[in-house]
Amino acid sequence: MPDSQSVRQALEKKGAYGKDLDLDHYDVEAKETVEIDDLQKSDYKRYMENVGIVADEIGRSGTLMFIDNNPSHCSPKVQEGLEVMTTQQALKKYDGLKDHFWKAMDPTKDKYTAKTYLEDGNGYFVRVKSGYHIKYPLQTCMLLNTEKSTQNVHNIVIVEDNASLEMLTGCSTAHHTNDALHVGVSEIYVGDNSSLTFSMIHSWGKDTGVRPRTSTVVGKNSHYTNNYVILNPVGSLQSFPVATLGDDSSATYNTMCIAHENSDIDTGGMVNLNGRRSRAEIMSRSISMGGKMVARGRMVGNAPEAKGHLECRSIILKDGGTTLAIPELEAHIADVEMTHEAAVGKIARDQIEYIMSRGLSEDDAVSMIVKGFLSGGNINGLPAELQKELDEAIAKANVGD
Amino acid sequence: MTDMLKIADLHVEAGGREILKGVDLTIKEGETAVLFGPNGSGKSTLLASIMGYSTMTVTQGTITFMGTDITELPVDERAKLGIGMMMQRPPNIFGVKLGDLIKASSDNGEAVIQEAQDFKMQNFIDREINVGFSGGEIKRSELLQLTAQRPEFILLDEPESGVDLENIDLIGQKVHDLLFREAENGKRHVSSLVITHTGQIMDYIDADCGYVMKKGHIVKSGRPDGILKDIRENGYGEEE
Ligand SMILES: Nc1ncnc2c1ncn2[C@@H]1O[C@H](COP(=O)(O)OP(=O)(O)OP(=O)(O)O)[C@@H](O)[C@H]1O
Ligand SMILES: [Mg+2]
Repeated sequence: MPDSQSVRQALEKKGAYGKDLDLDHYDVEAKETVEIDDLQKSDYKRYMENVGIVADEIGRSGTLMFIDNNPSHCSPKVQEGLEVMTTQQALKKYDGLKDHFWKAMDPTKDKYTAKTYLEDGNGYFVRVKSGYHIKYPLQTCMLLNTEKSTQNVHNIVIVEDNASLEMLTGCSTAHHTNDALHVGVSEIYVGDNSSLTFSMIHSWGKDTGVRPRTSTVVGKNSHYTNNYVILNPVGSLQSFPVATLGDDSSATYNTMCIAHENSDIDTGGMVNLNGRRSRAEIMSRSISMGGKMVARGRMVGNAPEAKGHLECRSIILKDGGTTLAIPELEAHIADVEMTHEAAVGKIARDQIEYIMSRGLSEDDAVSMIVKGFLSGGNINGLPAELQKELDEAIAKANVGD
Repeated sequence: MTDMLKIADLHVEAGGREILKGVDLTIKEGETAVLFGPNGSGKSTLLASIMGYSTMTVTQGTITFMGTDITELPVDERAKLGIGMMMQRPPNIFGVKLGDLIKASSDNGEAVIQEAQDFKMQNFIDREINVGFSGGEIKRSELLQLTAQRPEFILLDEPESGVDLENIDLIGQKVHDLLFREAENGKRHVSSLVITHTGQIMDYIDADCGYVMKKGHIVKSGRPDGILKDIRENGYGEEE
C-alpha cells in the first residue's frame, strides 16, 4: 500500500474525467449513526424504494444500508455461503484483508480515492464462498443525508471460485439533502468459473456531486455484468468503472442515463481484455434533455482472440446541452476483434408519426420511443429483477414536458 | 350519402419534387374505393398525404374529412378524427413492444391483444414493432393495430402484397371485418381507400369504385372489376 504521504499528495489530484469538485466545499462532517431496525417502518423507506431497494426484502438475500458514513441496517438472510458485514468488521475479522483491501484500486488514483483512503471509509463487505450460488439478489443502499457533507464509502465484493451473486445497489439523497458529495470506492473480485451482476440505480439532488470509483478483477471463465442507471437530475456525476478480465471471461456494461437541464453527466466504462478469448460488450444509452452528457467506452485488447463491441447511442430531445460520445478501442496485438457503433441525434420523424397515426399525441409518442430506447428492447444480461425496477423507473421518468 | 373524404386539386411534394400533380377524389360514407396504378405513380404518396406524414408537403389543394379541412392537421389529430392507415413499409420502432402500442392506442387494446391468436400474432405482442417482422407479419401486425384503433376511414396500402396463399384468406377476412364493422344489413358506414396491384383483396371488400393513378394524376375511374379487367388485358398504357 502506498505511504500516506503520497496519498495526501493525491488529495490535489483531479479526476481523469469530469468536472473537478472542490472537496473543501463539503465542510460538514456527517458522523451521526442512524440505526434502522425495521426497513418497512423507516422514514427512509421511500428513498430506498425509489432506487429499487425493496423494504419487505421479498425475493432478496438481504439488505445492507449506509446513511452518510455509517451503517444503518444489516440483515443478511442467507445463512450459508454468503457473508455480509461492514468493511471495518471484515478488516478485523480477516486480518486487514491483505489480498483485497486497496488491491484492485490505487488510493492515489485521484483526490476522491485518496480522501476515502485517508478517512478510512467504511462500506459494505460481501463475500460469496467458493461453490455457492446465491439465489436471490443482495441489496445494498447508500443514502446521502447531510447537506454539504461527503459520504466516503469503501466497498469490497468478493465472489470466489465456482460461485455466483447478483447485487442491486441503490444510491440516493434523502430528505432535503442536495448539495453534498457521494464518493464510493468499490473493489470487486470475481474468481474462476463465477459470475457477478452488479446493478446500480442512482437518484440524487440537482446539485449533488457523485464520484463512484469501481474497479473489478475477473478471473478465468467468469462473467461480470455492470448495470448503471440514472434517470433523475443530478449536479455533477462522473463514473468510469474499470474491469480487467482473465482467460475466457466476459464483461457486459449497460449504462442508461438522462441528462436533464443543468445536469452534468460523464459515464461509461472500460474493460481490459487481458485474458485469452476474453470478451466485452459495453452499451450506453442516453437521453439529453438539455444537460451535458458524455458517454465513454474504452476497450483495450491485450490478449489473443479477445473480442469486444462498444455501442453508444444518444437521443437529443432538447437543444441547449452537449452530447459527446467517445468510443475508444485500443489494441496491443493483432489477434483481436473489436468494433464500435455510435449514434447521436433526434428521434426519426417517421417513427414518431407512425405512433401518432395510432392516435397518440406527439409527446406521448416521443415518450414511448424514449422509454423503449432506454429499456433497450432486449439488452442482453439485464437481470429480470433490474428490468422490473428499471421499467418502473423509466415509466416514472419525466421525459416529456 | 355524405362525403367522408374530399380531396381537391391536391399537389404534393416529397424529397424536393412534385409527386402528386392535382388529385381530385371523393369518397362517401360507407364507400370502399380501390386505387390502381403503376409502380411509382404516387399511390402511397396519396395515402401518406391523407394521413398527414410530414415527409409529404402539400403545396396546393385541400383535404377535407367529414367536413373539416385537415390539410394542415398533424397526424395524431387526423387519427383522432377517425383515419387509420396500414403502411406499405412501416418503420421499425426499436424498443417499443407491439402490445404496448396497441394498449396505448385504444381502450379496446387489451381485448384485441386477447384476439391476437386470430391474427397469428400472439407471439409478436412482446416484440419490438416491425423489427425483423417478415412481409406477411407486418401486414398482420398492421391489421391487429387497426382492429384496436377502429377507424372510420381506413387507408390500406397493398394489404395482400407479399402474403402467401394460406394467409391471404386470413388477411382478407380481417380487412373485411374492419370495413364491415357495425355494418347494418350489409350496409357499411366505414369507408376506405385500398391500393392493390393484383386485385386479390377485392374478393373480400366489396369495393364500390375504382381509380387509376398515373404520374401523379387520377386518370381513370369506374367499376373496380371493370378497371382490373382492363389493366389485366391492356396494361396501364404507354410507358414513358
Ligand atoms: N420522400 C421522397 N423523396 C423522394 N422521392 C419520393 C419520396 N417519396 C416518394 N417519392 C417518389 O415519388 C414517386 C411515387 O412514389 P409512391 O411511393 O407514391 O409510388 P406508388 O405508386 O405507391 O408505387 P408502388 O406501386 O411501387 O408502391 C416515386 O418515384 C418515389 O420514388
Ligand atoms: Mg406504394
